[in-house]
Amino acid sequence: MISEALIVSAILFVIGVVGVLTRRNAIILFMCAELMLNAVNLSFVALAKMHNVTGHVFVVMVMTVAAAEAAVGLAILISVFRHFGTVDLSSLRTLRG
Amino acid sequence: MIPTLLGVLILLPILGFLANGSIALFGKRADDNRATTARHPLVTLIGPGVILAAFGVAMALFLDMQRAPERALHLVRYGRWMPVGNLVIDWSLQLDQLSILMVLVITGVGALIHLFSIGYMRNDASYARYFAYLNLFVAFMLVLVLGASYPVLFVGWEGVGLASYLLIGFWFSDKANAEAGKKAFVVNRVGDFGFLVAMFLIWVTTQKLDFIGAHAALGGMAGTPVVLAIALFLFIGCAGKSAQLPLYIWLPDAMAGPTPVSALIHAATMVTAGVYLVARAAPIFSGAPEASLVITAVGALTALFAATIALRQWDIKKVLAYSTVSQLGYMFLGVGSGAYTAGVFHLVTHAFFKALLFLGAGSVIHAMHHAYHHTHRDDDPQDLRNMGGLAKYMPATAAAMTLATLAIAGIPPLAGFFSKDEILASVFARAQGSPLANASLLGIHGSTVLYGAYALGVLTALLTAVYMTRMLLLAFYGSNRTGEAEQEMLHEAPAIMTAPVLVLGALTVVGGWLNLPALIPLGPVGMLEHWLEPVVGSSATRLAGAGHLDHTTETMLVAVATTVAVVGIVIALLRYRKPIADKAHSPVDASVLARAYNVDGLVDAIVVRPISAFANVVLTRGVETGVDRAFSAGGAMLSRTAALVGSKLQDGDVGKYAWLLAAGALALLAALTLS
Repeated sequence: MISEALIVSAILFVIGVVGVLTRRNAIILFMCAELMLNAVNLSFVALAKMHNVTGHVFVVMVMTVAAAEAAVGLAILISVFRHFGTVDLSSLRTLRG
Repeated sequence: MIPTLLGVLILLPILGFLANGSIALFGKRADDNRATTARHPLVTLIGPGVILAAFGVAMALFLDMQRAPERALHLVRYGRWMPVGNLVIDWSLQLDQLSILMVLVITGVGALIHLFSIGYMRNDASYARYFAYLNLFVAFMLVLVLGASYPVLFVGWEGVGLASYLLIGFWFSDKANAEAGKKAFVVNRVGDFGFLVAMFLIWVTTQKLDFIGAHAALGGMAGTPVVLAIALFLFIGCAGKSAQLPLYIWLPDAMAGPTPVSALIHAATMVTAGVYLVARAAPIFSGAPEASLVITAVGALTALFAATIALRQWDIKKVLAYSTVSQLGYMFLGVGSGAYTAGVFHLVTHAFFKALLFLGAGSVIHAMHHAYHHTHRDDDPQDLRNMGGLAKYMPATAAAMTLATLAIAGIPPLAGFFSKDEILASVFARAQGSPLANASLLGIHGSTVLYGAYALGVLTALLTAVYMTRMLLLAFYGSNRTGEAEQEMLHEAPAIMTAPVLVLGALTVVGGWLNLPALIPLGPVGMLEHWLEPVVGSSATRLAGAGHLDHTTETMLVAVATTVAVVGIVIALLRYRKPIADKAHSPVDASVLARAYNVDGLVDAIVVRPISAFANVVLTRGVETGVDRAFSAGGAMLSRTAALVGSKLQDGDVGKYAWLLAAGALALLAALTLS
């Protein structure tokens, strides 16, 4: 039971990583990051069943932080869109290295 | 009472230095009203005053020691200097028969030279600076002779080197003078290296550096290689400071300084520090007969070598400079052969008559300079060819100089006769049957070395009589070559300059009474011998054995020495009878002697030029360019590359950030899993 949950979690995490690495749309990137967080949450919950309640506590923490982060992140994205007229990250390159 | 007096003795010249130095630094500038403000009355009071006071203190100490000769050794500790592990060096002074003798010479002759300087330097813009340096010199010289350990002696040793450097280059606006000072400093450095190595060896061997402790420990190791090494390295130091072959080259150049400085530092006191050191370290040198033979040989060779050069010098100060080198060779001949008293005796008498000769030369140069200055003629006031017949204009100076010339030539009963004769007699006495004669140097029997040294000494005595009479005749007798208009301006020096010269003249006459030989009992016999007995007596016996000259031999030696001196004077009288042309009408003297065997050229070719070529090619062009590239150009390159990489990493491409983040996370994971 636990191993299946962990496998699902790993798959979700890898999907999230690949999404972050390959996609250029900021909203998609954002959703992929949430996916990674939730994959981790899933493994926390599964492992909490095996060990103790600390895993549950962590999940609550992560969800709180994720909510805050989503709020801040989406706010940034809105002002980015207002400024540049797009949320395509590959076109947001004003730094010249 | 002794600790206080000793402290006061050294503090007096230091205070003089500080006071005169402050006046030189903060006093009214000399430029506004040259001659009058330059001669600050306070400086005239303080400069010679502190040295006279120091002489008074020295006399008090001397009288105190004489009252109780059996307790004449005083060790005074003023504080801790360097406690490093088990190496503890104290600021401590040692007053004994040898050091008080040196102190009396330094402060006595020093005071006379300070007085002379008032007249000689009175129109110099840097009058206060001059006396500051001169006082500083005396302070360090007193530390040198009073130090109770090798490191404290070394403080004085280096200090007098500094003062010598400052005074040789006193008129530093002339580049040649500044370079002469530099040369003296650099050549002395070579000798100091030997001194330092000797100190390291003494410390490693005995764990002690104070004279009494180290000498006691090394006394039991006589004849071992380490004692020989210590003695030889110490002698390198002595050869540097006292201008012996091959390190003598700085002394003739040191004549660039004011003439009283040459009298005080480069004739009477500082250059005799090497002789003092050999006498002070007699327990070490007597434990290494081979080293003593080396000193004897070097001394004899230097004496002859410098005397030959003096034969053909035209600059009056150069004659005296080479004469000093030669006489220092005599002193080393004495202390090298274990005749420590004879060497020190010659040191004292030489201080009298050579200081006199230099001060007399100073008076002459002073008069000549003024004469040329007055007629605006640009000629050499130091060249003997421009002098002649000066006795008519400067009778007192001429009389004193004649006296000193007879003394240095070795005419009885003047001081030089007794001291020189004692050295030669001692060398001769030790050449047969003494422990020194039984030692050998590089396969040459000690006896041969000593007889050879005696022969060289006699030959040098002959040359000394010749070149000194030559100098005297050229400068003071015959017809005047200074110039028609200039002759009117030649006059005797002021009383403040002639008085010290005449006092030294008196000392030159009576100096020999310090240590009369038993053969000529004109008064108490062997006073100095008796006085120095507690310090150097046992060491001298260790080298000399019990051998003693019989009456006939001794009389013969005296006869030889006197005859040689008279013959030398006669030769010079015959040779320099004819009038000569003045400098402007003389061809350039290119003889090998006038060019001093071109030793300076040789040193230049062997040492100076290779080093400066090495500096130019390897260091400047090679190393310096390389270092410049590596650290300035290289540094710029490094930061530019780093900046390029850094800015490429942060070009705002969030995708790249994500990839790098993922790669980093993977790498961390891999590292954690694999370890």
